[in-house]
Amino acid sequence: MDKITKMVVINSSKVLPSDVVIKLYESNADVMIKETCFGVMVSGERAEVDKLLSETRKMDPYGIFIKERGFAPGEPHRCRATRRGGARPGFHMLETEEKLLPQIAEALRALDRGEIPQKKQIKKKLDVEKLKEIIEKAEVS
Amino acid sequence: MKVFIYPTNSLILSDLVERFGHEPLTLMHEISKKVNTPGLDSPPLNMTPEDPKIGLKYAAVEVPSGVRGRMSLFGPLISKAEAAINVRDPVVSFGCMGCARTNELVNFLIRAKKIPMLDLDYPSSEEEAKEFVYKISQFLKSLGSQEEKK
Repeated sequence: MDKITKMVVINSSKVLPSDVVIKLYESNADVMIKETCFGVMVSGERAEVDKLLSETRKMDPYGIFIKERGFAPGEPHRCRATRRGGARPGFHMLETEEKLLPQIAEALRALDRGEIPQKKQIKKKLDVEKLKEIIEKAEVS
Repeated sequence: MKVFIYPTNSLILSDLVERFGHEPLTLMHEISKKVNTPGLDSPPLNMTPEDPKIGLKYAAVEVPSGVRGRMSLFGPLISKAEAAINVRDPVVSFGCMGCARTNELVNFLIRAKKIPMLDLDYPSSEEEAKEFVYKISQFLKSLGSQEEKK
């Protein structure tokens, strides 16, 4: 069987990582759970983890984001405890994307409401002739 | 449908693809295979002498071994891809994913494969985020309908 680890990143005003952990423990599934500052890590058989997390997502569909993780929780090559601190590899990617999560959540809400966003207006590049004009004017003055 | 995402370790893209009912092809899956396969024991990613050889399929022998090593991870994902979502010039590709030549090669190979592809920029405002999510949802829905047609 295929054993995987998934990261649950929580960016919600309703749900805390501890709430998700309690819900996961209540399920009594055969998985390993680790609560972290950004959310929860769940490790176990693929079918079981996928089923469990699709249920967990319902707690706040717009505030819970899930991705797979290569290393299991506490893996010595990744865990900061055995690497003498510092940022965990992959932290910067997570940090960059976590800043966008509130906007993505709002976009998902808008999508469910059936809103069709207006097309972004692309800024036109400065025309060469226009640039020449500006240079000529600057030279005169 | 199997959807290749770039950046290949993106939380947002991986989540959205899964949310809209498709399978994201992510780097984490390839790494987990290496970490969890018994019998390989060289840390941290358990690269074996075979990996740069797999990379030779995509890059010549003069190309730095780092590119070939990375291609041994990206290669299987690209070969499995049936569609792709690409974010143009992500800031993070300068950091942890920072091998510019590998990133260029990955983008080239995906384009050369002539599969359905969506090019986007990371959003910087709420309006852009709405457009970002809407485009991804429409793209993934169109993939589903293509499959139904077959």
